[in-house]
Amino acid sequence: MDIAVIELSRLQFALTAMYHFLFVPLTLGLSFMLVIMESIYVITKRPIWRVITRFWGRLFGINFVLGVATGLTMEFEFGTNWAYYAHYVGDIFGAPLAIEGLMAFFLEATMVGLMFFGWDRLSRVQHLFVTFMVALGTNLSALWILIANGWMQNPVGASFNPDTMRMEVTDFKEVLFNPVAQAKFVHTVSAGYVCAATFVMGVSAIYLLRGKWTNVARRSMMVAAAFGLASSLSVVVLGDESGYTLTDNQKMKLAAIEAMWKTEEAPAGLTLFGLPDVAAHQTHYAIQVPYVLGLISTRSLTGEVTGIDDLVLRADQRISSGIVAYDAVQKLKVNRFDMSARAAFEAHKADIGFALLLKRYVADPRLATNDQILRAAADTIPNVPVMFWLFRGMAGLGFGFIAYFALAFWCASHSRFSKRWFLKLAVVMIPLPWLAIEGGWMLAEIGRQPWAVDGVLPTFLGASSLTVSQIWATIIGFTALYGTLAVIEIRLMIASIRKGPIEHNPGETQGSADGLAPLPAE
Amino acid sequence: MHIPLDYETLRLIWWVLLGLLLIGFALTDGYDLGVAMLLPFVARNDEERRLTINTIAPHWEGHQVWLILGGGAIFAAWPFVYAVSFSGFYLAMFLVLASLIVRPVAFKYRSKHTEPAWRARWDWALFVGGFVPALVFGVAVGNVLVGAPFRFDSDLRMTYEGSLLGLFTPFTVLTGLLSVTMLALHGAGWLAVKAEEGPVLAHARAIGRIAGIASLVLFALGGVIVAKSGMGMHLVGAVDPDGPSNPRFVTSIAAPGAWLDNYAAHRWMIVAPVLGFAGTLLALAGISARRGWMNFGGTALATVGIIATVGLSMFPFILPSSIDPRASLTVWNASSSQLTLFIMLLVTIVFLPIVLVYTAWVMKVLSGRITLAQVRTNPDFY
Repeated sequence: MDIAVIELSRLQFALTAMYHFLFVPLTLGLSFMLVIMESIYVITKRPIWRVITRFWGRLFGINFVLGVATGLTMEFEFGTNWAYYAHYVGDIFGAPLAIEGLMAFFLEATMVGLMFFGWDRLSRVQHLFVTFMVALGTNLSALWILIANGWMQNPVGASFNPDTMRMEVTDFKEVLFNPVAQAKFVHTVSAGYVCAATFVMGVSAIYLLRGKWTNVARRSMMVAAAFGLASSLSVVVLGDESGYTLTDNQKMKLAAIEAMWKTEEAPAGLTLFGLPDVAAHQTHYAIQVPYVLGLISTRSLTGEVTGIDDLVLRADQRISSGIVAYDAVQKLKVNRFDMSARAAFEAHKADIGFALLLKRYVADPRLATNDQILRAAADTIPNVPVMFWLFRGMAGLGFGFIAYFALAFWCASHSRFSKRWFLKLAVVMIPLPWLAIEGGWMLAEIGRQPWAVDGVLPTFLGASSLTVSQIWATIIGFTALYGTLAVIEIRLMIASIRKGPIEHNPGETQGSADGLAPLPAE
Repeated sequence: MHIPLDYETLRLIWWVLLGLLLIGFALTDGYDLGVAMLLPFVARNDEERRLTINTIAPHWEGHQVWLILGGGAIFAAWPFVYAVSFSGFYLAMFLVLASLIVRPVAFKYRSKHTEPAWRARWDWALFVGGFVPALVFGVAVGNVLVGAPFRFDSDLRMTYEGSLLGLFTPFTVLTGLLSVTMLALHGAGWLAVKAEEGPVLAHARAIGRIAGIASLVLFALGGVIVAKSGMGMHLVGAVDPDGPSNPRFVTSIAAPGAWLDNYAAHRWMIVAPVLGFAGTLLALAGISARRGWMNFGGTALATVGIIATVGLSMFPFILPSSIDPRASLTVWNASSSQLTLFIMLLVTIVFLPIVLVYTAWVMKVLSGRITLAQVRTNPDFY
């Protein structure tokens, strides 16, 4: 195994996933905002709401298409760059991906064509139904991909089969109703809704600041303020929910986020700020709020939150147990029917992944020295300072969004968005949800390291047998392609926003075909 | 959980479903790829190009999901095949991906500005987005027939001993071109039912005729090469169709000419190549008779026949290894667990019919030929 191949594969996956996830959150949220706007149109039958829906629908389309295009990369990449991972967990991980295609992608992709091209072929209610199906499809796809990702964080309902040298599903219901996946789903789609609400607020604010399309902008802002307030509350409250499940499934991640080196007496305090010192296993200048972490994460005054040092000790024990399982698997490779090896394997199979951590230091984990076992156990600590600060950045932004949308709500009811300082704030806010979302993604995936699948398969074993030059070729290719598309996308977005909600075909000189004249400003 | 179907049956079902998904992709997105690569040849000015593009504009997004679902289903049901083919054909996969990434963007962004240079660039992207995937998929199928240079170690980690250029041999270029002509014919068939009578349709007929004849020749030539070159394998020794999915547990030995042996053992399989030829001939007849649905129906049958020919010829092999026959992936050694296959089958039985129903509904709502008049007036057209 070549460390450069692994690091480059990780780099490429991170680049392509984070790029893909620039478009997805806006799609998730904007699709539901289109449903709300179009519902108002269907109920009130006022043409202005049709204009509003179609205008945001155009921006939705520009964004949606890049989400679709870059999503294909993600699905292929598990096979192209993580072939051993694909073999090792495909029995479980492949299913939600396939179901995502069958249940969600087909729905959104088939309906989105009709949403754009069916305006004059469908009744109002029918078209609203189609828009709703697009929103449902995009959000369902988030559900399935997060069931897949949730399984990587908390691999329930599966065990290793030495006959096939891979993980196999034992209980599909557990995979489906994985608490980590459920929490991730709600947290992630809510974040997408916040992103879309902030985007609609910001773009509308640009119009109001310039006194253009104010009839469209004010109404859009009203929808966005309400939608954004509900979503920003949900994203923070249900973010806490994923903290709660962490105590059962991902104690190390929680301990790293809190830079909590030693197990404290229950209930543990929440560290607001401090300087994590990786070498000394200490956090300097920590400002703690007593009791709060214990309360949030265990929902009790007596529940203990385990510290990093104790978790490393536990990893050390599991590595020793895993070596027994590994030894049994080597015997079973030679003779599938070796009963004593089978019994030893069954007793230790839950820990076999931990033995694989040793492969970083020694080809055959059975030959590992005590020192190598200690090093492998220490490897189970993710990058604590990065986790610590990313979380504080993300959570800080999350609370900021609640305050922002509360303010927006207040502005909506008191001044109908006439305060210029607020409009300027709304414009400045536009990029912040993306920062929080990308930060959250990094937090979740860096926190999972050194594992590709928690406790099951180390990341460094998951990569394909490729060469460094092959991966460089695709990294350069993706960077050039994605970079170009990003520039084009942003310019098109700006051009469409600048043009505003005008109803005519850019290719034609005559006015609108559907009888809607361009709307003057109020 | 009790699984009411035995492992052998489930593996066979998923082999059939794998074929159906690939055929589904070729039948639907196949004509989108075909129309895209015909774009420079059937349309001579911007309005004609817009007419051509708008025959597929509302549909390609849904159709592409057949590819995504195909990828997901191979991952879920045939994880070995997914891992070996996607990482083995690494740079070829990147070419496909890059083409399929610019394609949707080209559809959506082309009409956003009127400058001819802007539109010409996206037309070029559409052509690439149609031609390159069609070619590479065909080349990949050729390599599957020949066998790919891979082996497994005892942990079932795969190593691949080939290169991007190694994928292109005279035979695989032939299968690549067959894929291009087959989908070009299919795209021309779609234009025959979807474009109004006029210059675009006339050009589509002319090019369809050339693509159809080329397709016939290439398909026949491919068959001759497979027969004469002694390409193929068959399984020697006892096969355990319920055994664990582990290529190291099965012995398979390469034997000359074995791909065509299946037609001697199972005479009904001859239906597939016959359909490949007959469908293409029917399409050519439809072009001459100016009957759109006969033309399109013929290309659809031809597509089904040609793809089924490959799958049936190779059964039970899915992806043979050219350097270590024992590593070859077959229906019996490369699948997911029995439970996963069963659950995925249930999901497919429930959802695939629903997909087909709403896809048909969308097709019905958007039915009718695209006309230049619509292109000029409909504000939603690309």
